[in-house]
Amino acid sequence: MASATTKSPTQLALQRFRGHRLALASAALLALLVTAVICAPLIEWLLGHSANQVDLYNRLAPPSWLHPLGTDELGRDTLLRLLYGGRVSLLTGLVAAVAAATLGTFIGLCAGYFSGRTDTVLMRFTDSVIALPLLPLLIVLAAIDLTKLGLSEQLANAESVSLYRIIVIVALTGWTTVARLVRGATLSLREREFVLAARGLGASHGLIMRRHILPNLLSPIIVAVTLSIGSVILLESVLSFLGLGIQPPLASWGNMLTNAQQLIWEAPQLAIYPGLLIFITVICCNFVGDGLQDAFDPKAES
Amino acid sequence: MNSALLRMIAGRLASAALLLLLVAAVTFALIHAAPGGPFASDRAVSAEVEAALNAQYRLDQPLPAQFFAYLGQALQGNFGPSYRYPGRTVSELIIAGLPATLELACYALLLALLIGIVAGSLAARRPGSAADQLSMGLALLGICLPAFVLGPLLVLVFGVYLEWLPVSGWGELAGDKWLPTVTLAAGYCAYIARLTRAGLCQQLSQPYIITARSKGLSELAIIVHHALRGALLPVVAYLGPACAGLIAGSFVVETIFQIPGIGRFYIQAAFNRDYTLIMALTLFFAALIIFFNLLADLVALWLDPRQREALS
Amino acid sequence: MLLYRAQRCAAVLAIVALLGACSPAERRADLGSEQGVLHWGNASEPQSLDPHIANGVPEQKILSALFEGLVGKDPQTLAPIPAGASHWQVSDDGLRYRFFLRPQARWSNGDAVTAEDYRWAWWRALQPQLGNPFATLLFVIAGAQQYWQQQHGDFDQVGIRVLDRLTLEVELAHPSEHFLQLLDMPTLYPLHRASIERHGNPSARASRWTHPGNLVSNGPFRLRQWQINRRITVEKNPHYWEAQSVALNQIVFYPTENITTEERLFRAGQLHYSYDVPVDKLRYYQRYHPEQLSLAPYLGSYFYRFNTRRPELADARVRRALAMAIDRQLITEQVLRAGQLPAFAMTPPNTAGYYPPATAPQQLRFDPAAARALLAAAGYPNGEGLPSLEILYNTQEEHRKVAVAIQQMWKQHLNVDATLHNQEWKVYLDTERRGDYQIARASWIGDYVDARNFLEIWLCASDNNRTGWCDPEFDRILLEALPRANSTAQRHQLLQQAEQRLLDGLPLLPIYTYTSKHLIHPDLRGYSANLLNQPLFKRLWLQPHNELGDE
Repeated sequence: MASATTKSPTQLALQRFRGHRLALASAALLALLVTAVICAPLIEWLLGHSANQVDLYNRLAPPSWLHPLGTDELGRDTLLRLLYGGRVSLLTGLVAAVAAATLGTFIGLCAGYFSGRTDTVLMRFTDSVIALPLLPLLIVLAAIDLTKLGLSEQLANAESVSLYRIIVIVALTGWTTVARLVRGATLSLREREFVLAARGLGASHGLIMRRHILPNLLSPIIVAVTLSIGSVILLESVLSFLGLGIQPPLASWGNMLTNAQQLIWEAPQLAIYPGLLIFITVICCNFVGDGLQDAFDPKAES
Repeated sequence: MNSALLRMIAGRLASAALLLLLVAAVTFALIHAAPGGPFASDRAVSAEVEAALNAQYRLDQPLPAQFFAYLGQALQGNFGPSYRYPGRTVSELIIAGLPATLELACYALLLALLIGIVAGSLAARRPGSAADQLSMGLALLGICLPAFVLGPLLVLVFGVYLEWLPVSGWGELAGDKWLPTVTLAAGYCAYIARLTRAGLCQQLSQPYIITARSKGLSELAIIVHHALRGALLPVVAYLGPACAGLIAGSFVVETIFQIPGIGRFYIQAAFNRDYTLIMALTLFFAALIIFFNLLADLVALWLDPRQREALS
Repeated sequence: MLLYRAQRCAAVLAIVALLGACSPAERRADLGSEQGVLHWGNASEPQSLDPHIANGVPEQKILSALFEGLVGKDPQTLAPIPAGASHWQVSDDGLRYRFFLRPQARWSNGDAVTAEDYRWAWWRALQPQLGNPFATLLFVIAGAQQYWQQQHGDFDQVGIRVLDRLTLEVELAHPSEHFLQLLDMPTLYPLHRASIERHGNPSARASRWTHPGNLVSNGPFRLRQWQINRRITVEKNPHYWEAQSVALNQIVFYPTENITTEERLFRAGQLHYSYDVPVDKLRYYQRYHPEQLSLAPYLGSYFYRFNTRRPELADARVRRALAMAIDRQLITEQVLRAGQLPAFAMTPPNTAGYYPPATAPQQLRFDPAAARALLAAAGYPNGEGLPSLEILYNTQEEHRKVAVAIQQMWKQHLNVDATLHNQEWKVYLDTERRGDYQIARASWIGDYVDARNFLEIWLCASDNNRTGWCDPEFDRILLEALPRANSTAQRHQLLQQAEQRLLDGLPLLPIYTYTSKHLIHPDLRGYSANLLNQPLFKRLWLQPHNELGDE
């Protein structure tokens, strides 16, 4: 361990992460998925047809050179739709989860650290957000005329508006779990010796929170974020199941999976592909999260 | 019970009332902002009918007047008639649906806690072992399978193929509560297992555990008697929202298994613009969530001496 | 440690005990077949069992078991058959109907059914406070429309006369062939006045007279139990005049909202009848259990509305081009795949002997070249210059698929870009009503078997028109010429003329004619599919198939 003394904590963490083979493989797989999804237009160009092209004479076709994964119930190319759907799903999951966690961490940290009145106010606020039922809210929000909220006509009627709506709603309602987790942990951390010591030495609140409390919170936050990327992608599929998710013609893994439910006997592959991709994504996120958790943990042994 | 605790509970209850008012106002504004009223239908209703109906339900009055009239009634325990089901009051509908929903949520929570904590503990006992990998793999499966996939899958295997369990219903045929419970519990179970494992792993590296180990206590005894208590803190923090989620979120399961609970009513009410039913159910869920969060905080206090000190 | 293990075991045992032990699932339908209990999938929780409030098909099914009108319909041919009235006379001018009620007809509480019960019920049907969506059906009766619009407050001026306890005379506003069919609809059922008035104001919506124990009905069955969102049970009405020939002891209606679940229930032997069949299960049943699948034409049209007030759709040539660029056969055979018929007109073929103009299929045929020519003639050669079109539909998988297919056909054959826009049901209704759309998905299900029912929604003043299309000649034929027709042949000719005007104007894009799809348990006998998809419960019976032990 002699060499460790010369390395920074970040380097150490990286080193530990590299030792976590499953996490590394998962990260690679995720990177592959992301790359594939980003390259969707290229693949579209290579195959020579577009993702939304309907061919009713070629429904549920088996895999071929033209359609590497076959076609769906309207004769659209499954591979291309999966790639474009993946863009939407991954983006939704990542953006929404990170936004929610950031918001939640900030609020939970403030509440737990300052405690007293700040805590009361913030936690009441958290409660009120938790107390807002998400799904009926979504139904209603899906119905509201966005132009009345000051959005431009063009934006309000854009195809991707359902995507933004979901991200915003998840971010605005999903931060509460992280906030409560963070607050709970902060409440006990702030009474710990090293925090008391830092305070005794005259460190500012911001510094204590950043330096002493936040690092100790990283592992639960990472667990929460990695899990919630998956659960946002899943939430989107549940919303699709209710007809409230990402709206067609925009594809997402969630709405592809839902649409395939009706054809589960005739064409199970249409459910299996998006289902599998969701599964892989969630699993990889989790392994990466585990790896990071071990890597960041100051007490972990190499 | 000390006075600080009592004061905290009283304060929370007082703010709960304010919170409910706020939730009511936001919900009221939102549902009235959505286009399409409760009586819109594919077949045009004539102007006479529409006017008569709106007058009958006071929908022709200005919104603030409607809101305060509603509040006044609700405070007296009268949540009004349902617009969608004219012969029924909202309270009647909620009472009819509540037992099934509560029962389902309770069973699912019990199952999730039982399996989640046991699996999480087993996994944490020897991180990286086969037991750990297996239970965490299963937990991942539980998280990755949405209820609307898991439910039909279980039905296909156990209901249609093996014919062991009924495919739907609640309390009608022997054993029909199994599949909905398992379907609803799966996601929560997985989450709890992960939180337990994460919490335990952290606790097991604490000095007091090392002390306990040095005293020669068995690993299981250490987990059960010492580490679990602290490790369950994140689980408890998660339980508040989870309880509420179980009750409010059971509507997918209720739909798949045709369970006559309030979750199903809720979604229908939102689609049907059954204003009174939406309001009452929203307030009901909000109250439940507030209650469960308070409960979760109290349990956390009981488990964590440091938080108790912070309070007093 | 031992304690811990014991706790764990106890918890497991407790859960097992709570949930009930596993046991092979019983098959409710088989048991029902033996006991004469019919298990019926009925789509949704009924809004109400008040015949003047309920407006959905599931409600109508339950009401048809509970109540009986003056005249019924043959379950196969839909021809009028005696029901509450044993016979009737029609005056030569077709304006006066005299109904002779059965002296032995009784309410479920034993009271006699009298002519006054009908008159009172029809009075109630015309009270606006109730919000009766089908009140307009009564407008065939002289003076009813004026009473409804409160031009006079005197119900005696409405052409409904009680001649004696068992004789009812009805005077129509004009001769109406479909009048006898209307008598079988919930809005024209008789009601038991005393039991309704016992529960408050008879024209209040929030009355409890429809609850079990309160509801008094005159049909073959009476209400026994109503568990919200679980089931509605009706049992044989011992006071019914034909009770001895009613075979079923009970019917249990289930609100089977999710059709996938419903199919599983059926397959697991829990239902005798399913309200619908998931499309991807059709192949399975067609191949392995064709005897359990019932596919039949259904009196409903699926079409798109064109908003003719929009400048880009104001030109009928553009609308015709769009209509000729879609391959309906491809849609019905490849997208829908449940035996739907391609539609080229508003009215389904053979609606009580009426056929849409014979030239219609030719006029709206799938002909990309002709469509392109029309579009070019309208000033949009190769689709250039035509603004992007938006298809509005309410959120549902089937509508989406049809819209995607049509979007593609327009792009391919006309080079016209279309976008899809789905809205939740109530929002979609609102948008459509406000006229804030270009092209909107729509459907119309016939209330009774008559072409007029399909054509009248296109009248200038109809609230169901919603397209801005208005043709005075069309209105004149339907409102002035048609009531004066004195033979069926002449009537059909006039209807065809009207429909031809509609197809010339083309405010709609006909797509297909509906089919009804059901799964029928082999034990269920006496069932026959019909255009209105309306069973006659008193003629159904159950014959257990496993009596010979063929399991």
